[in-house]
Amino acid sequence: MTNSTIDHEAVPSGIEPSASSVLNAASMVPLSIEDVTVAYHRRPVLWNIDYQAPRGKLVAIVGPNGSGKTTLIKSILDLIPRAAGRVLIFGQEYKTQRHRVGYVPQRTSVDWDFPVSALDVVAMGLYRKIGWFKPVTHAHRETAKQALDRVGMLDFASRQISQLSGGQQQRVFLARALVQNADLYFMDEPFAGVDAATERAIVDILRSLRESGKTVIVVHHDLQTVHEYFDEVMLLNMRLIAAGPTSEVFTTENLRKTYGGKLALLDQLSEKMARPRNN
Amino acid sequence: MSSVLGVVDSMLELLFRAITLRDYNTRIVLGGTTLLGISSGLVGTFLVLRKRALAADVVSHSALPGIAIAFLVAERLSPGSGRSSSILLIGAFVSSLLGMGMTMCIRRWTRIKDDAALAIVLGLFFGLGMALFTVVQRTATGNAAGLQHFIFGKAASIVAADVWLIAEVSAVVTLLCCALFKELSLLCFDEEFAAARGYHTFVLDGILTLMAVTVTLIGLQSVGLLLVVALLLIPPTAARFWTHHLTSMALIAAAIGGLSCGIGVLLSAAFPRLAAGAVIVLSGAVLFVLSLLFGRSHGLWPRWRSQREFEQKIGRSDLLRACFEYIEPLFNIDEISARKLQSVSIPPSRLLNIGHWPESHFQRLTASAEKSGLLRFSSDGWQLTMDGAVEAMNVTRQHRLWELYLLTQTDLDPRLVDRGADGIEHALDSDQLARLEGLLSAASDQRIPPSPHVITGAANSDST
Repeated sequence: MTNSTIDHEAVPSGIEPSASSVLNAASMVPLSIEDVTVAYHRRPVLWNIDYQAPRGKLVAIVGPNGSGKTTLIKSILDLIPRAAGRVLIFGQEYKTQRHRVGYVPQRTSVDWDFPVSALDVVAMGLYRKIGWFKPVTHAHRETAKQALDRVGMLDFASRQISQLSGGQQQRVFLARALVQNADLYFMDEPFAGVDAATERAIVDILRSLRESGKTVIVVHHDLQTVHEYFDEVMLLNMRLIAAGPTSEVFTTENLRKTYGGKLALLDQLSEKMARPRNN
Repeated sequence: MSSVLGVVDSMLELLFRAITLRDYNTRIVLGGTTLLGISSGLVGTFLVLRKRALAADVVSHSALPGIAIAFLVAERLSPGSGRSSSILLIGAFVSSLLGMGMTMCIRRWTRIKDDAALAIVLGLFFGLGMALFTVVQRTATGNAAGLQHFIFGKAASIVAADVWLIAEVSAVVTLLCCALFKELSLLCFDEEFAAARGYHTFVLDGILTLMAVTVTLIGLQSVGLLLVVALLLIPPTAARFWTHHLTSMALIAAAIGGLSCGIGVLLSAAFPRLAAGAVIVLSGAVLFVLSLLFGRSHGLWPRWRSQREFEQKIGRSDLLRACFEYIEPLFNIDEISARKLQSVSIPPSRLLNIGHWPESHFQRLTASAEKSGLLRFSSDGWQLTMDGAVEAMNVTRQHRLWELYLLTQTDLDPRLVDRGADGIEHALDSDQLARLEGLLSAASDQRIPPSPHVITGAANSDST
């Protein structure tokens, strides 16, 4: 078995060198989306998305409300079924690469009165690694504390989560993803409703992740900061309008196409399909 | 007279017998039912956190028709077998499953919401059960007594064989809860994240539901189907008042569940006429009320007490600051020291004037300060002690810094600054104070900045 220090997959012996280099190449690509279509209650939400994410970069997904940004992430993570298309994480199916993917969902549907502290929440990121029937040990708690320290929340470790501000809560959930030490991160609107200090802290963390060679894909709502924070951008409105380096792709023309108000034929068709038949 | 004494005497004797566990049967029943209480406390915790609390209600109430039908069928096929609790439990199980299934179908295929769906199913099944029950009472003779116990519980007089079943099942459920503790916690807290991490949330939910159904069904015999839902729900809600950690909450819920079952069984053994299920649940309810009142986290008494302490702290600071402000004009501000402060006697009426307190409140404040060694009463009035003087200087400094901050950084009207400062300054800790001093670099050179507004009633003013 060939062992590579960079890749996590070992190439089985007996395979042609050219094929193994193809396998190697595929496993270098953190995220590969081919022809993905997602439908929700017969209504298409994402059409024919094709994209390959570059390694070790910060990528923004932008688009108007309802354009399918959260749906795209959820369909990649197998939380929503795909109607068509294929998703590869480091050249393999998501099921086998879960441990390499971190996820920070939107901060909306959590019950803030739930009896957990900030440290408890971060420790939850380790549960999968700990495994079934085994308890959370002191060592695990120390790892969780380190993650809290990284987001600047170590002093708040024993606070119950409703005692934290919005920005602090966001940082705790970020720490929960960081504690996995993943190679690919998905974040859904991490900057929504946070104060300026938290925003700076999160950007610093994103940049340090990039330094370490991690890839981060972020659903971002603030067009003003896309240039400053992100290397690549995906412009999404049910279909991928454009994707690539920010300087090339984030143009007025493309933005107009993404956010433009006129209903294209595609939008009209999907509206029609969503309406009940006897209307 | 002697007959009354006789009755009381025998009751006490029964109670004594029960408590000292002299009765073999009571011992077993106590052990088994306590285990039931522990397991239902644990399962109930997850149910409450998963917001499925009333699922237990559906399970228990929809068991009734199944029990009645099982009895009638068993009596028809082989008279006398209607007493067997295993047969009745099977009937309960099937009927409960149908009830839960119907609730899920209503939720899935119609627009009817959770609570209405529950009410519909409950009404349907329980109504059917009651109707069947009257049939049972008219047909069967002595065998129907067993059915009554399913409704009202018979904890203290359960047959030993049934208790073993209860104990075994409860032990299994308890172990399962412990083994799956962290996975179930994650499921209750953040289902989406759990799914993203690869947990089959549907399966976990199924396990939780199965445990809830199991505990409810074995609890039917002890507590009765009317009240078994309370056995699941009261311990965790009571436990919530004592902690904000999930692990502690589960442990306390298990303890409260076990305790209320234990107390209930003992009391029920001593007073055999009382419905056992009711006694158990009432014990739980008493523990709940105690938790509500005295629980360390969110209990009413601790909250009231900490509020009182905070108010007293504010009152104390204001009093000391009023003393300082009275004395202040008598000296050059750079020369003020604790010793100088100690030397001045303040007439009580002038002090009252500065602080604008009601007379009675003022008396309480000064008395309390005197008891704490901060003030001393002399013939001319109140004097600060050494401790009081040092504290007065600290408190005034804090207040003045905060006033300065409000004035210079927030454009607040100077007339409102005093009022604004009063609230916040008591919440400042030492870190925040250091930041404040950093911000107001000019002010931190002086030991105590002068007041930005006029203080009426001070030593050098004409007003009284």
